[in-house]
Amino acid sequence: MNKDVAVEVRNAVKAFGQGDSAVRALDDVSVNIRKGEFFTLLGPSGCGKTTLLRLIAGFETPTSGEILLDGKDITRDPPNRRPVNTVFQSYALFPHLTVAQNIGFGLEMQGRPKAEIADVTANMLALVQLGPMAQRKTSQLSGGQQQRVALARALAPRPKVLLLDEPLSALDLKLRKEMQIELKRLQLETGITFIFVTHDQEEALTMSDRIGVMSAGKIQQIGAPRDIYTRPVNRFVASFIGESNFLSGAVETGGVRLSCGDLVDAAGSEGRSGKVTLAVRPEQVRLTRAGEPGALPATITDWVYFGTDTHCHLALSDGTEVVARLQSPATGDAGLEKGKAVALRFAPGAAQVLGD
Amino acid sequence: MPSNEDRQRAASTRTGWALSAPALLLLGFAASGPLLIVLVYSFLTPGDYGNVVWKFSLDGWRGILFTRDIFDGTLQLADAHLSIFWRSVKLSLLTTAITFAVGFPTAWFIATRSPKSRALWLFLITIPFWTNLLIRTVAINEVIRNEGIINTLLIRIGLIGEPLRIIYTDTAVLIGMAYVYLPLMVLPLFAAIDRFDMKLLEAGYDLYASRWQVLRRVILPIVKPGIVAGSILVFVPSLGAYVTPRVLGGGKNMMIGNFIELQFGAGRNWPLGAALSMTLLIIVTVALLFYVRAANRGSPHG
Repeated sequence: MNKDVAVEVRNAVKAFGQGDSAVRALDDVSVNIRKGEFFTLLGPSGCGKTTLLRLIAGFETPTSGEILLDGKDITRDPPNRRPVNTVFQSYALFPHLTVAQNIGFGLEMQGRPKAEIADVTANMLALVQLGPMAQRKTSQLSGGQQQRVALARALAPRPKVLLLDEPLSALDLKLRKEMQIELKRLQLETGITFIFVTHDQEEALTMSDRIGVMSAGKIQQIGAPRDIYTRPVNRFVASFIGESNFLSGAVETGGVRLSCGDLVDAAGSEGRSGKVTLAVRPEQVRLTRAGEPGALPATITDWVYFGTDTHCHLALSDGTEVVARLQSPATGDAGLEKGKAVALRFAPGAAQVLGD
Repeated sequence: MPSNEDRQRAASTRTGWALSAPALLLLGFAASGPLLIVLVYSFLTPGDYGNVVWKFSLDGWRGILFTRDIFDGTLQLADAHLSIFWRSVKLSLLTTAITFAVGFPTAWFIATRSPKSRALWLFLITIPFWTNLLIRTVAINEVIRNEGIINTLLIRIGLIGEPLRIIYTDTAVLIGMAYVYLPLMVLPLFAAIDRFDMKLLEAGYDLYASRWQVLRRVILPIVKPGIVAGSILVFVPSLGAYVTPRVLGGGKNMMIGNFIELQFGAGRNWPLGAALSMTLLIIVTVALLFYVRAANRGSPHG
């Protein structure tokens, strides 16, 4: 048993429905979440990330598999016996209570002394900067303020793990950015393990210590944001997080022979043979003059101006499409013309062989 | 000098009053007219064959609590009257409590069904309204009387040797009233529970509340408006109930409604009946004032 692990999920399966019509929302998921970590479950809607969160919170029981908290099996414990709190997507604040009463609710239910409740509530109000709002009803608050109350309410009992179910999705962009920083600050100040569910890849990349990418009820890849982005293990991860060019080829000594006939360096080709798929991020594609040695000949088919970047669509000699994201020049259009013959090369280490 | 805007506002206020005048007049007469007649009659002298004699008297009001001895003419406290008042209040409170105990789970059940089957359940709840109250009450009589369905069945399976005596007791009246007024409790409770955000249950459990604490600290305070409305809708008509105690309570277990009817009928004492009606009105008003105030204070969170 590893002492650094806060939550361990072992072979969790969750099936909804019966018999042939049963849907596996979670399909044999195992994951270890470390103490004090900001862990994000990232995936499209319906991938099972919220189900996994609800399993940890205790709102659902797994069809099979176990959930351990600090090494203790909590699979069958009801939610009110788990030292785990949730920030709900809709906040679910108690409308009949004031802000302070909402924050103190968990402590009150635990039967803590009144003085302690008042103390912790005051600290929490200060932590989320809502001191002056203590006696307001929650319906009198703005969305961002309600979000802070929901956070303070879930943090007040000092849970071992805080679960956050897409808590920022109801906020507008500017507020969302502020709350991202706020969340990160709260996590660092409290030292509590955060498990954060989102479908927003940017949110996941900027806030997390580690990310678990989910799809179709399975965890596809677990790793630090940089690993996930630069070393995606499969096509799903490479396309869900950021954008990728996918190139098919075959492993040879010294690299991967692309279908257009050129040989390129590729990470992750060791121990692989036969047909593979390469992923290359658009910003790692460089344009050079046509005919340069070692570069892949290509033709510009189109380009789109995005402000900071210009996306240049290219066709390789066999017609495979590749997108290059180029920094927009201060003046002019950097000589981009439809139909112009150019060459491209990938930044060193940028081409990554994907798993199946 | 009034500004243009002020003049416009005054004109629109005038039009508003003018347009609502017919409704207001009708409501005013319909509500206060009969009440006024009853009030006046309560201060008159009873005629020999019913009706009233236009002679001022406080005997009607005195008669609520006292009876005049037929031999020496002294006033004595009327125990029978007091017991009728007490029975009415007691049975009405019990009816309210029973309809809440049965109605709350029912309303919760309906509110948590799918929208489609919810309509069906609500429809089923309202079906009893289609039948005349008297017929429904007689049906209850058929169920609980000595030779009725329940007793026949229990004797047939040998659980009891003698029929249970339910009919013509307070219990019979209670069963009847709870049955008749149950929909009036369920419907406002359903409306309140329907608006209740079920996510709050998870929030409660998540914050270490037990099932009981979630019920007491989250659900009940939030659906309180429905509880108050349902209780008023059941308590007020229960207190003035006439048909149910008459059919199920027999002649002995009178409630205020029957007592009032008696004065206007066989008793030939209209002033006393009128005074009793006013008393009923006062009891209801006072009870409601207390109840609403207690309900508002009862929640620690305003």
